[in-house]
Amino acid sequence: MKALRILSRSIRDSIKSVGRNFSLSIAAVTCSTITLILVAVAFILSYNVREITNNLERELTVVAYIKQDATEENRKKIETDLNRLDMIDSYIFKSKEEWLLEMKEESETLSTTLDYLDNNPLLDSYVIKVKKVENLKEITEKMREYECVSSAEYGEGMVENIVGAFDIISKGTLVIVIALILVTAFLISNTIKLTIFSRKNEIEIMRLVGASNIAIKLPFIFEGFILGIIGSIIPVITTIYGYNLLYDRLDGHLYMNLITLVKPFNFVFYIALILLAIGAVVGMFGSYRAVRKHLKI
Amino acid sequence: MKLIQVSNCYKVYKNGTTAIADLNVTIDKGEFVFVIGSTGSGKSTFIKMLYREEKPTKGDVIVGGINVARLRNSKVYKLRRKLGVVFQDFKLLPKLTVYENVAFALESLGMEAKEIRPRVLKAIENVGLKEKTRNFPNQLSGGEQQRVAIARAIVNNPKLLICDEPTGNLDPDTSKEIMKILEKINQELGTTIIMATHDKEIVNRMKKRVIVFENGVLAADHLKGSYKAHESIKNSK
Repeated sequence: MKALRILSRSIRDSIKSVGRNFSLSIAAVTCSTITLILVAVAFILSYNVREITNNLERELTVVAYIKQDATEENRKKIETDLNRLDMIDSYIFKSKEEWLLEMKEESETLSTTLDYLDNNPLLDSYVIKVKKVENLKEITEKMREYECVSSAEYGEGMVENIVGAFDIISKGTLVIVIALILVTAFLISNTIKLTIFSRKNEIEIMRLVGASNIAIKLPFIFEGFILGIIGSIIPVITTIYGYNLLYDRLDGHLYMNLITLVKPFNFVFYIALILLAIGAVVGMFGSYRAVRKHLKI
Repeated sequence: MKLIQVSNCYKVYKNGTTAIADLNVTIDKGEFVFVIGSTGSGKSTFIKMLYREEKPTKGDVIVGGINVARLRNSKVYKLRRKLGVVFQDFKLLPKLTVYENVAFALESLGMEAKEIRPRVLKAIENVGLKEKTRNFPNQLSGGEQQRVAIARAIVNNPKLLICDEPTGNLDPDTSKEIMKILEKINQELGTTIIMATHDKEIVNRMKKRVIVFENGVLAADHLKGSYKAHESIKNSK
């Protein structure tokens, strides 16, 4: 019962205290708001770049064309070997008829030209999806070794460069996100420290009248929690509305449908939760650290 | 019956200054003791050790059965609940009313609200501020603020009241009022009072036990009312 009373008193006092120390509360909230907006932007950027890299990697394919005279045995040998390889995500056999159909669908002119031909000049093939960009070259070379393979191709050079660049950007933004979270933690906890420093008399009196350390810390920890949560409200709203607006304006794509943005639903709420958690945890931890300093004799 | 027992106590600060050296003193329950001495005599260190704001370097300081020397930081509140402290600068919370300042002490201990109210009103009545319960500290005179601080210190019915120069900021008439209140608390509630002061006039008038500190050692321990006589002998030498 006593613990419950101390808990409810701590919550009541922390709410009162936010209002009573209004200017300092505003300082702490503003600091959290600004830094959390930066964290939100960095998060959105990092997540999108990572998604783009993942999407690109999912599309990494090698096409191996099979000679006209290849036997069923030759094909079975290739399939057995492909099944054994770890670096392969999946593969399909694409017949020359399928290629022809696809090409006809792509262009009418091509379709008419192809109709004039008596025989299908195209080749059967294997479309192989690899797991990582590094595997592209190796698989292509492996396929070229088969006698029955006429040629094997992938977007040599360019694909690796694009994926490599996005990978660097993705890692870079992740570093920025971590750095920003650390800076946020430092700034918020220092601002809260200042607000608590100005109230060291209060802590001293609480100690003098015989309040236990936990009874002294609790109201300040709750106060840090409240300030952190209030500070994350604007970043949360900005993230939810801002990203939805951006997604709608760009129709979900950047640079002629080449890059697809992450869909807002779920994603923004996930970011919002992270922001709330950072605000609350950093606020609480900052307060805890600051009060603890004043409790040492 | 002993309330405070200090034996072979030393306090050496980190910079090497010896504030207290080989102190042995006992104070009984219900006593009213003045602690006097010039600045740097060790008087404040002694007072601070009683409520564990300072820890002795060597020796024992036992207050109400608790050995301050062995008291862990996290357990200090157990000692503080047995005593009240009053300071020269009142140490009131400016944003709380008189009632709230006094109630703050009991709320911090997790006491029930229905139990807090009558105790706070009684303490405020004891210091004669019944009419000003809703005032804020800045609406009170220095003497009244000190009375609020006293009410806060006694609201938990402590066995010991430590006063660190409580009249230091007050004029002689207000000081007399404060001393009357302290004497009343001592006599009616049986609270032991230890008061550090520079005010010789008060010490001489009150005729209580006087402990004198000089250069960190206990220079004299006078029985009730004998300090004035001691001073006049000392001055004539």
